[in-house]
Amino acid sequence: MKTPRLLLWSVSVALLVALPPLVSWLGQPFYIDLVRRIMILAIAAVSLNLILGYGGMVSFGHAAYLGIGAYAVGILGVYGFTNGLLHWAVAIGASALVALAIGAVSIRTSGIYFIMITLAFTQMLYYLGISLELFGGDDGMRLKSKSQFGGLVDLRDPVAFYYLSLVLMLGAVFLVHRIVHSRFGMVLRAAKSNEGRTRAIGFAPYPYRLAAFVIAGAMCGLAGALYANHTNYIVPGLMSWQQSGDIMFMVILGGMASTAGPVLGTFALLFVEEILKGWTEHWQVILGPLLVLSVIFFRRGLAGIFYKPDA
Amino acid sequence: MLEVRGLVKNFGALRATDGIDFDVAEGETHAVIGPNGAGKTTFISQLAGNLRPDAGSVRFAGEDVTRLPAPRRARKGLARSFQITSVYPEFSALDNVALAVQANAGHSFRFWRRARGDASLTAPAERVLDEVGLSARKNTLAANLSHGEQRQLEVAMALATEPRLLLLDEPMAGMGTEESQRMIALLSRLKQKKTIILVEHDMDAVFRLADRISVLVYGRVIATGKPEAIRANPEVRAAYLGED
Repeated sequence: MKTPRLLLWSVSVALLVALPPLVSWLGQPFYIDLVRRIMILAIAAVSLNLILGYGGMVSFGHAAYLGIGAYAVGILGVYGFTNGLLHWAVAIGASALVALAIGAVSIRTSGIYFIMITLAFTQMLYYLGISLELFGGDDGMRLKSKSQFGGLVDLRDPVAFYYLSLVLMLGAVFLVHRIVHSRFGMVLRAAKSNEGRTRAIGFAPYPYRLAAFVIAGAMCGLAGALYANHTNYIVPGLMSWQQSGDIMFMVILGGMASTAGPVLGTFALLFVEEILKGWTEHWQVILGPLLVLSVIFFRRGLAGIFYKPDA
Repeated sequence: MLEVRGLVKNFGALRATDGIDFDVAEGETHAVIGPNGAGKTTFISQLAGNLRPDAGSVRFAGEDVTRLPAPRRARKGLARSFQITSVYPEFSALDNVALAVQANAGHSFRFWRRARGDASLTAPAERVLDEVGLSARKNTLAANLSHGEQRQLEVAMALATEPRLLLLDEPMAGMGTEESQRMIALLSRLKQKKTIILVEHDMDAVFRLADRISVLVYGRVIATGKPEAIRANPEVRAAYLGED
């Protein structure tokens, strides 16, 4: 049970490590760019999985933190701050604060109300982004300079940026894996599984859910900071409900409440999207039904093909 | 240990509990019986803190807990089991019980160390599983336990919080004869060392286990007393026992 799982991870990581030299040799450096984008968005999906998959909180506004992280980098850049660690700190800190505020209100509700409230808050941020004329408004803003990390890593080097994204994605996966198996994670999962029982044994779920919500927001904020560096261009659309839906779909497609699920889901969704885009401009007409079928046939997501849920 | 005075709960025009007075002494097993719809579960829910009463008070261990929510009461030592099995189906039996132990082991804002490998949680959990007779099934998912075993797990989870008062809401619900006998044996061991409120339909169990019995009819306690006295009480016979 354990060994094949470890083997799958090792092979996948080895493939991702080998990819840049391989595609350069094949003369297809475009794939470095694509996979880097996938890995950055996978961090967002992994963070959403913490609250959606393990916490049962259907947040329909997770793109908010992607946007906050991206705008943190962009706005700091406008004022001449280019230190990458500062970018990260502000992206993570601001996302955590906003998640704290949104979570404090929305986690008091549940079900459809929770979905609508998280959506509403993110729409507010989206329109805020549109109205910020100073920072490009509807048109978005160009990144003045990428985050600088001294001599450590240069994000202008696509391969170095690729490996940084890989390390951070694996870090995010590992962090969430540790969290959900800790005491904290057990309470979070218990509250999802059976709230009445959880209260009866003495846990008030609210503070645990809120803490998870903040952690997930902060982690997604980091993904946003990376994403800004990846695209060099920041648009309010990053906080749109479509983007939130995309992240949610990556998690569901890959398999909620599984370690590898959100990563698999992100890779699958964006690769298929890329392939279909090459065929036809009406790719969404094909993608839609494919997604519906995948949800019907893979109840536990793509991760469910590889292993059974945790005992 | 527990003092209930004038407890009232209305659902619209229906008065589900209608001025209940009720006491439990330290170490006693106090059974609550009554026909369907007598308000037993509503009563238990108000004791556990899942429902807030419209009037009246609940004092537990000398403290007014009427306004305390369920988690706070649980941490004070008032543990309940549910009439309709309420466990974590996707967790193993051991994890189910370990969570109940964890609830009583300080805050759970610990993010890094594996909870499953933590002997300070699993060791007490294994002891409780052993006590209710589920040791052999500890690694089985709760969803895959038989109904009887799930009922045992239900009691184990309440026990694992190390309660001062155990609220058992129909622990024998839906059990076959053999399973019921096993549960009665378990409860008679528990009553030696725990204070228990037992809500139960199984009269055999009630008369074997209870030190005192209260009879609930239409949200009122119509009689409280020793099992023999309740068995002999004409009002009780008319309202309830006679129907059997």
